[in-house]
Amino acid sequence: MVTNVTNLSRSGLYDWMAQRVSAVLLAAYTLFLLGYVVLNPGLTYADWTALFSNNAMRIFSLLTLVALAVHSWVGMWTISTDYLTPMAFGRYATILRFLFQVACGLVMFVLFVWGVQILWGL
Amino acid sequence: MNIAVNSKRPVNLDLRTIKLPVTAYTSIAHRISGVILFIAIAGLLWMLDTSLSSESGFEQVKACLQNPFAKLVLWGVLSALLYHLVAGIRHLLMDTGIGEGLESGRLGAKLLIVVAAVLIVLLGVWIW
Repeated sequence: MVTNVTNLSRSGLYDWMAQRVSAVLLAAYTLFLLGYVVLNPGLTYADWTALFSNNAMRIFSLLTLVALAVHSWVGMWTISTDYLTPMAFGRYATILRFLFQVACGLVMFVLFVWGVQILWGL
Repeated sequence: MNIAVNSKRPVNLDLRTIKLPVTAYTSIAHRISGVILFIAIAGLLWMLDTSLSSESGFEQVKACLQNPFAKLVLWGVLSALLYHLVAGIRHLLMDTGIGEGLESGRLGAKLLIVVAAVLIVLLGVWIW
């Protein structure tokens, strides 16, 4: 079995599964929210806050936020290991890829904390 | 022997000189749209944060989205989202064994382009 210290679970199969489970959650949330906005043309501030302060919606949003963090990490990791390679960047590839992955992880963590603040700061 | 083998090996993998099949274009577009969405998360969270923070914040986001340039950016981001979504659903179907052959894969890629294009046009109609 091939393992890699920088992927999410050190198992490609587990990453593969995580990418798909998170994708289904993200798709459900996207369709729900787009549908809600399209079907409510005269949306008011009261409707909008009522939607997001509902407990079921908070759980759904938090779940989606976790899925987003997992999904974007696996996606950005895949892209970095495919394109930031020694073939393209020579001996600087490893440090470049590492820095890119650190930046992606850090950005995603900050966005996650921000998202939690938005949902629970209401 | 060694020389003979080496001389016959195809070494040119310069993507710019290779005619890519339609499936390759839909695949790279899936990746590019994913990167666009990753970058867009911050903007979408800002919209959610500001719109939920107060009545005036809600009006501020609404007013911001009346700007033609903002509409264009929103259309771009949501187009990436719709493409990524449709391409992702195709991926899940392929995981179940549907459309993963050579011909069916090509057909699936063409269907993806058509479905995504229709949705993106409808999205544009909705935004403007």
